[in-house]
Amino acid sequence: MTVGDPREEVIQHLPPLRAFAMSLTQESSAADDLVQDTIEKAWINFDKFEPGTNLRAWLFTILRNTFYSDRRKRRREVADVDGAHAAGLAEKPAHDGRLAMRDFRAAFQQLPDEQREALILVGAGGFAYEEAAEMCGCALGTIKSRANRGRRRLAELLGLEEGEEMLIEDRAAVGVLSSKPPAT
Amino acid sequence: MVKDDDRSQVMKQIDANLRKVYQETLEQEIPERFQQLLERLKERDSGDDRG
Repeated sequence: MTVGDPREEVIQHLPPLRAFAMSLTQESSAADDLVQDTIEKAWINFDKFEPGTNLRAWLFTILRNTFYSDRRKRRREVADVDGAHAAGLAEKPAHDGRLAMRDFRAAFQQLPDEQREALILVGAGGFAYEEAAEMCGCALGTIKSRANRGRRRLAELLGLEEGEEMLIEDRAAVGVLSSKPPAT
Repeated sequence: MVKDDDRSQVMKQIDANLRKVYQETLEQEIPERFQQLLERLKERDSGDDRG
């Protein structure tokens, strides 16, 4: 492949963009709308992309900026979301060393946005802390601390004791980032 | 007192679970709308090529 037009490479980054969007919006149609807005914005700003730099990080940055700017616009609408989320997991889940995916998901959704984002970028997305810090426009230490607080909070919400095994039990049950609400 | 080893073990497992969750979305098929979007954007570029 020639070092060509980054526009031709966008398609390769769609799956991770969708996964990141899903972790932020927690809802698949909103996630896909966010990805669409991201691509459209990227397209008109491609002259600002420096060839040879990390295209995925550039696209992720646009995605998160779009997400936060949309959210600011409709903050009033979602003001109650935290309360609703908090009600979602009233008790520590009982588990026998195996973690039900739905419990992991419920716990993950309760984290503040910036902790979810840090965890997805560095915990799952494979970005270095430095890259994640740059993408989020904050200091390296801030990203580390968000990720660590997110991990600790997850462990706490899931009632995990240190040293306890807790791998997700069943691939078939995995749906944390991909679940759709029931059809109405 | 919590042992550091144990704590880091829990954190590693949290990350392993995060990766599973993320992977699940990565493996989904890309919805048709994105193919169409990219084609539309490329067409717009070629029809609007003022250099």
